[in-house]
Amino acid sequence: MRPRVGVLAMQGDFREHVERLHALGVEACEVRTEAELDEVDALIIPGGESTTIARLLIAFDLLDPLRARIAAGLPVWGTCAGAIMLAKRVPGLDRPPIGVMDVTVDRNAFGRQVDSFEADLDIAGIEGPPIRAVFIRAPVIREPGPAVEVLAALPDGRIVACREGRLLATSFHPELTDDSRLHEWFVRLAEEAMASRAPA
Amino acid sequence: MDAGSAMAGSNGNTNNGHGAEQGETATWTVKAGLAQMLKGGVIMDVVTAEHARIAEEAGACAVMALERVPSDIRAAGGVARMSRVELIEEICDSVTIPVMAKARIGHFVEAQILQEIGVDYIDESEVLTPADDQHHIDKHPFNVPFVCGCRDLGEALRRIGEGAAMIRTKGEAGTGDIVEAVRHMRALWSGIRRVQAARDDELAALAKEYQSPLHLIQEVKRLGRLPVVNFSAGGVATPADAALMMQLGADGVFVGSGIFKSDDPARMASAIVRAVTHYNDPTMLASVSRNIGEPMRGRSVASMPVEEQLAGRGN
Repeated sequence: MRPRVGVLAMQGDFREHVERLHALGVEACEVRTEAELDEVDALIIPGGESTTIARLLIAFDLLDPLRARIAAGLPVWGTCAGAIMLAKRVPGLDRPPIGVMDVTVDRNAFGRQVDSFEADLDIAGIEGPPIRAVFIRAPVIREPGPAVEVLAALPDGRIVACREGRLLATSFHPELTDDSRLHEWFVRLAEEAMASRAPA
Repeated sequence: MDAGSAMAGSNGNTNNGHGAEQGETATWTVKAGLAQMLKGGVIMDVVTAEHARIAEEAGACAVMALERVPSDIRAAGGVARMSRVELIEEICDSVTIPVMAKARIGHFVEAQILQEIGVDYIDESEVLTPADDQHHIDKHPFNVPFVCGCRDLGEALRRIGEGAAMIRTKGEAGTGDIVEAVRHMRALWSGIRRVQAARDDELAALAKEYQSPLHLIQEVKRLGRLPVVNFSAGGVATPADAALMMQLGADGVFVGSGIFKSDDPARMASAIVRAVTHYNDPTMLASVSRNIGEPMRGRSVASMPVEEQLAGRGN
């Protein structure tokens, strides 16, 4: 059974994620309301501005429904601002994040836009050549809790991808390159989650 | 796409940030990518650190640091230049969202200075008095990305050819009159649809007609849109205006005078942010349009002498 994957469309590059999923033949839709959230089997929180997304989740009463769906096992992948929204600890963010992953995320960890960069990255569980990772005013992940698996780090050791159960966080933007391996990986995670919920 | 693959050169300065230690900075993907992150958002003109904090609090995805909002630039007359460095730095220090600042058309030294002080995006803007009536800035060599204005497809592709990593339709800044923003957005999409409908062997003639690089015309046909993010600017004064531009095909909106010349800037700003997220939902648009006070009074473009109109600057 193929999952229906939602992309949270408060603000940011949700279109790129939807296009990438469609290119993989996956049913994908934008999510702006609780009713739309109810219809999806997995969710991607895209890149964008974390302060904006955090405010809009509150303004449109989505924070509690999101937390409830995640507690019930919804697979979620956050890219950049999305990773910030998933973290339990975000220094300086003046609104509560969704707060479901046991990590600390530092925003704008590399400096201003002129410090944005791309680099090749090996990611645990992804076969083949390194992923070309695009970091835009990117956050980094630190203080991973005991249940968190670190999937990728930069040469200086800073963590940029991790997983905790059905939650995936990446500091970079796989939706900005032509490489679909991380999207395929997340869709498989969603399929496994559906299979485990289906009656035997 | 290859329009902006040029790397740091004569106009770009060295990169002192720590991104450079981790990988390759100032690539086209990274420059155009920040604009992709701004989509579905509202970029607000601010003239003080206090304004910037109000904008961030309301949910702006970026701010434009300015000496005066466009309606005050019109009122002040004289020569409008890049804002004071210390004002831009103060605004950069007061918010965590990206900060943009304007350079005069063709004034590549203002742009060098803005890059040096660390703004996240430069707007090469017709709202300021042009410094060059023939040439725009060669934007490729800069590490910082640029946004430029356009009135139609040809103007957009010429700016992208010069290295703009983001486009905004110009509208008529500082008026609160949406008519020019609508005209420019419709003209842009009408051009895109025409290119899409053309045969491949007709694209060279279209490139000539639009005075645009052929490879960008080909890219528009392949994508069915501009190869970079396109916002709407110049005249947005209400949540309804913002949603109108989104429904006409904008990726996001710039709001200049429309916020801080309204009755209740914080409320108007927040309502416009919400309207851009739910631009296609009339129930939500009605809800966010309640109790937001009076929008800026504005000035009808039709009653304005041509020499006072800013959109014709730069082509």
